[in-house]
Amino acid sequence: MKPQATLTFAKLGCSKGGRELFRNVDYTLSSGQWMYLTGVNGVGKTSLLRMVCGLASIGAGDILWNGQSIHKQADAYHQDLCYLGHLNGLQESMTVTENLTFTTALAGRSITERRIRDVIGRFGLHGRSGQLVRYLSQGQKRRVALSRLALSPARLWVLDEPYVAMDEGGVKMLADLIADHLQHNGLALVTSHQRVPVGDIAPQMLELQPS
Amino acid sequence: MSRSMQPLALPQVMLAVLRREVSLAMRQKGEVLTPLMFFMVVASLFPLGVGAESNLLLRMAPGVLWVSALLAAMLSLQRMFATDYADGSLEQMILSSTPLGLLVLAKALAHFLISGLPLVLIAPVLGLQFGMDGRAMGLLLLTLLLGTPTLSLIGSIGAALTLGVRGAGVLLSLLILPLYIPVLIFGAGAVEADAAGLDIAGHLSLLAALLVLSLFFSPMATSAALRISVE
Repeated sequence: MKPQATLTFAKLGCSKGGRELFRNVDYTLSSGQWMYLTGVNGVGKTSLLRMVCGLASIGAGDILWNGQSIHKQADAYHQDLCYLGHLNGLQESMTVTENLTFTTALAGRSITERRIRDVIGRFGLHGRSGQLVRYLSQGQKRRVALSRLALSPARLWVLDEPYVAMDEGGVKMLADLIADHLQHNGLALVTSHQRVPVGDIAPQMLELQPS
Repeated sequence: MSRSMQPLALPQVMLAVLRREVSLAMRQKGEVLTPLMFFMVVASLFPLGVGAESNLLLRMAPGVLWVSALLAAMLSLQRMFATDYADGSLEQMILSSTPLGLLVLAKALAHFLISGLPLVLIAPVLGLQFGMDGRAMGLLLLTLLLGTPTLSLIGSIGAALTLGVRGAGVLLSLLILPLYIPVLIFGAGAVEADAAGLDIAGHLSLLAALLVLSLFFSPMATSAALRISVE
């Protein structure tokens, strides 16, 4: 079990190119809960997720992790964060093992090849550990990127359209992975146009309204 | 998770970055060879263009070799962060708990090993074309060895600033070449001064000082530029 944690949006606002996307979003998410972020195209879902990760600067208001602004504790916060965006973050000319070894090294940990084989095996990629990422299909690349989640000790998962390019089995597997994460006191933020249930845990809905 | 995953110290994380870059370069050998060939061709054009008057060539040699090396090192700068930017690895580096400046430092060091060091090693051979003697060639090697890491470090700032910009290559050279001027002056100047029988300790100290300064400041500037580029 990981220790309890909370993520809070305080009067959060965002504008892009001089146009206000949303404002005054107040929300709190606690351990064991997942947020299902919805809204029409262009309402700012990805922008909000990138602000949560600290990749984009916060337009208005603040984002708090355990009651403290995320920008005041960047290093500690990043240890607790695993982000999966539109890009998979995989280097095409390296093998699956090399990629995963590198991303775990970035998080400050080493990993055995055996553990990588175990994890990608669970994601339906048996025997692919030595293959160059270039030769994998879109869905398989997504699965490799998702196996980062299983390898990460982070409490907060930020998933931007995680089900894209996945087959039915992959969608189910990811949903189970998120459910397991939540049961161990994890938190998850998910945007998706597919409504996928996560075990029997009801989502905390947040619908962004264009302002 | 416990036994199969051990914590890594910061130098080990930097080493992981370095090893990744070098092994990638070994897989795409063209990336290592292109700047090297460019260096050899450009440096060889001068004797052909200026004529074979040996005194003139010998006087020009340090400057010509330094300018060629500087242009060659710049050729590969653009790729320093480009693929990481395109495939999302850069986002993951920024989000990692390792300070971005250290990752950037490792990348700049890798750039030196891949693009700078081969130039340094081949330079004495090219010096032969200009009729340089052993002492001058040794000194050229030393100044290049002190100067090319600085080129990679300063270059990383330009590479980060021009990420995702159209026509990045030309913009990058416009940004970076003026910053390379001090390195060129003291690098080529040391070899010339020595040939004229002057003391060169000052030139070498300044080259080393430039290296130390860029080691300290360029990772900060590059990190800031990278954060802006992914926003």
